[in-house]
Amino acid sequence: MITIHYFLILSVLMLFIGIYGFLTRRNTLAILISIELMLNAADLNFAAFNRLLFPEGQEGYFFSLFSIAISAAETAIAIAVMINIYRNIKNNFVEHLDKMKW
Amino acid sequence: MAQTVLFIIIAAIILISGILAVTTKHIMRAATYLIFVLFGTAGLYFLMGYTFLGSVQVMVYAGGVVVLYIFALMLTGQHDNDEKVPAATIKKAAALIASLGGAALMLFIFISHKFATTVLTAPSEQLTSVKTLGTQLVASDKYGFLLPFEAVSILLLACIIGGLVIARKR
Repeated sequence: MITIHYFLILSVLMLFIGIYGFLTRRNTLAILISIELMLNAADLNFAAFNRLLFPEGQEGYFFSLFSIAISAAETAIAIAVMINIYRNIKNNFVEHLDKMKW
Repeated sequence: MAQTVLFIIIAAIILISGILAVTTKHIMRAATYLIFVLFGTAGLYFLMGYTFLGSVQVMVYAGGVVVLYIFALMLTGQHDNDEKVPAATIKKAAALIASLGGAALMLFIFISHKFATTVLTAPSEQLTSVKTLGTQLVASDKYGFLLPFEAVSILLLACIIGGLVIARKR
């Protein structure tokens, strides 16, 4: 007897764990890990709503699939950016990323 | 009943690993805990009967994205990435209050709302065959997903080019 609330509660907690990490982490790679947690919570919601609200359709299923593809692309680009940052300033911490600040 | 027990076990794994992933000092461990969260999510997809989605989750996330993270951590010097000086206590407290407040609000809304949904009781067998999914993915009629499919392929191409341009040596 799993209702949709089980999935919703789990994904809310996962989302806010990700937000907490996003706000407290200072390493850019760790921030990206928190973003993955948030994206994962969203994917879980898509799949759960599709399964428990409208099992005949596949909309949420495909939304999750495309969301996984997009987040993989986003991670690849973000990691390329971070490796480039590391080449320039020799570390990855957000407090050193202040060249464009004035 | 068995499904509920399974769900609770998976949820506990996801939540504990998630909390550890955002609080541990060693970033390599954070990446490892992330793998457990992603595997747990794949387990939930299997529990819902979405076997193809679960396998995509394992292949793309655990097989692709986390390996990318670990490569990036190795390339940028893994011990340089550890959080040596923790964030200021006031900032941590503010983030904690913000997340707990937001979580409490959203949990209140979700729990007090009645959704017109079914419950997951039957043992989850595969709902739709992979053949149906594949046909629907490249169909251009009312329930087809050809346009987003092509958009994602353009996105992946742009991502390959962008990755090469950003990360190349100058």
